[in-house]
Amino acid sequence: MDSCLRRNDKKMNRINQKLQEDKKLLSIYFTAGYPNINDTATIIQDLEKNGVDMIEIGLPFSDPLADGPTIQASSTQALKNGMTTEVLFEQLKDIRKSVSIPLIIMGYFNPMFQYGVDAFCKKCQEIGIDGLIIPDLPVDVYHEKYQTIFEKHGLINVFLITPQTSDERIHYIDSISNGFIYMVSSASTTGAKVGFGEEQTQYFERIGNMNLKNPQIVGFGISNNQTFTQATQYAKGAIIGSAFVKHVTNEGISNINHFISSILNHE
Amino acid sequence: MTEIMNYNVNEKGYYGEFGGAYIPEMLYPNVEELRQNYLKVMAEPEFQKEFDQLLKDYVGRPSPLYFAKRLSEKYNAKIYLKREDLNHTGAHKINNTIGQILMAKRLGKHRIIAETGAGQHGVATATVCALMGLECIVYMGEIDIKRQAPNVARMKMLGATVVPALSGSRTLKDATNEAIRDWINNPVDTHYIIGSAIGPHPYPDMVTKFQSVISEEIKWQLNEHEGRENPDYVVACIGGGSNAAGTYYHFLHEPDVNIIAVEAAGLGVDSGESAATSVLGKEGIIHGCKTLLMQTNDGQITEPYSISAGLDYPGVGPMHAHLCKTGRAEFMAITDDEAMKAGLKLCELEGIIPAIESSHALAIFEQKSFKPNDVVVVSLSGRGDKDLENYIEYFKI
Ligand SMILES: Cc1ncc(COP(=O)(O)O)c(C=O)c1O
Repeated sequence: MDSCLRRNDKKMNRINQKLQEDKKLLSIYFTAGYPNINDTATIIQDLEKNGVDMIEIGLPFSDPLADGPTIQASSTQALKNGMTTEVLFEQLKDIRKSVSIPLIIMGYFNPMFQYGVDAFCKKCQEIGIDGLIIPDLPVDVYHEKYQTIFEKHGLINVFLITPQTSDERIHYIDSISNGFIYMVSSASTTGAKVGFGEEQTQYFERIGNMNLKNPQIVGFGISNNQTFTQATQYAKGAIIGSAFVKHVTNEGISNINHFISSILNHE
Repeated sequence: MTEIMNYNVNEKGYYGEFGGAYIPEMLYPNVEELRQNYLKVMAEPEFQKEFDQLLKDYVGRPSPLYFAKRLSEKYNAKIYLKREDLNHTGAHKINNTIGQILMAKRLGKHRIIAETGAGQHGVATATVCALMGLECIVYMGEIDIKRQAPNVARMKMLGATVVPALSGSRTLKDATNEAIRDWINNPVDTHYIIGSAIGPHPYPDMVTKFQSVISEEIKWQLNEHEGRENPDYVVACIGGGSNAAGTYYHFLHEPDVNIIAVEAAGLGVDSGESAATSVLGKEGIIHGCKTLLMQTNDGQITEPYSISAGLDYPGVGPMHAHLCKTGRAEFMAITDDEAMKAGLKLCELEGIIPAIESSHALAIFEQKSFKPNDVVVVSLSGRGDKDLENYIEYFKI
């Protein structure tokens, strides 16, 4: 594998490249600066080494509205540990020397807004971040105010849809997305529900039949091989957040390989 | 300048550059449903009739506009108190909860959630839920639950479930987060009754409109007293800004009416223990709207401090951020000590024990002088029963 992948703007975004691979994708969310402030790069490197396809680096926020207790607690601890936007960028500055899978920063809008959206995006581009997920930045505000900035810096913005999102709105979101759509499995905060019932599978099927131009990746409620397999029956990939954060809480960061192979069910 | 400026919300949900709906997609259907319906529902004659009737018979409106003679003599101005403290449940909060419970019923919601700091909004919500026979869940910071035991008991007696918010600093900001999370997890049958003029559009506007009965009444009441509808000044304390929004509403576009917004300075604006958002805050996003809020350079929301739980909030509603930025309102900051003394003064001079929140508004007379003929209307947003313990401790009564 290319161990010294340099950013090349003419090249396709790593997310789009990854989405073209003929496999189901496993994406892992973790909170930067947790459990210890300097774990960020180690976790990223370990995740890639163990076969993870894409990583969401959580920029912690004091008031994470869309998150359940697990990610809240990890965010609070990360902030206590001293994590800031500046520190995260510093920790990531050489990450592309060792990591080549797509990296996405997931965080709430206020810290980015304070940093300056343009400056934030510029920094992401310099580091080699491929996309952003900002749950509380509404689609229309992005479209009106920030889309050109994101695009100027080669960043893909990923939007969420839920079982309650109307078809019309899904088509709209699809039209301004250029990577993948984050399909939230049920109306909930992160970590609230585990597993999928009929309601979910019907919803996954409904979305699958909509012929969207962007592939979908399922998030929320995925915690093990069974739910990963279930979700990826209907979607291009799946994202695990709370379950991974819990694993790190309980077992530290030395056993990441166990967690990932349990998801991928490597013999 | 002030004559052409619009201080109301625009069709996109902004007051100038403040407001909007910065919400996760999970909340979009709920908030959008409300946005599409709230003006329509509020304009229905049946809705208005029911709202007015309940405000009259159940809340006890109109609340008096009382000429405070001895206070006026002391401060050499004509001071009127808008007696929201005489409302059922003891504060202005119920104007909004009556409106929103009727809204929730029109939207077919069965389950009501709310956040509360001091417990006033929680009590007002529990009250209207009992009145309408709807399930009520109130989120309250674990620390506030300990500080405000009588209001917790009231909510329970009224049939509400009080859920402690255990995250973050375990106060009002976190209770609001928990209520929002509950709404995300219950997207279909639940209505969230926000307790102040904050949150994603259309909440600030809806809450303001329900509270605007305050200034609507001031107009005709002042006309009876003074032969004119417009005072020279309207004064209100600001937590999130609902009693203030209601007190200002019908005067926003009357350039001869001066608007004074009173924030809690806590131990002093520069003490590090303060809630004076207009001074200490910067533009940012809190609880779904763009407004002024207290935060670190890194954009993390910080913990405010005030002796008054109702003003202990790190943001202000977007309408007030706009009033501040445009200079339409004069913002003043009052410390714990100044507020407590002003509260005691009102007891001594007028026989009224005010809520500590309202005491902040009363304290401006020590800082600012008025002309003897100036008519100054102060929103007495609540009564002090809930604060007795604080008063006892502070004055060693
Ligand atoms: C009596 C009283 N006044 C004022 C407030 C502050 O809220 P707002 O700024 O929304 O009026 C509260 C909040 O609990 C209150 O109880």
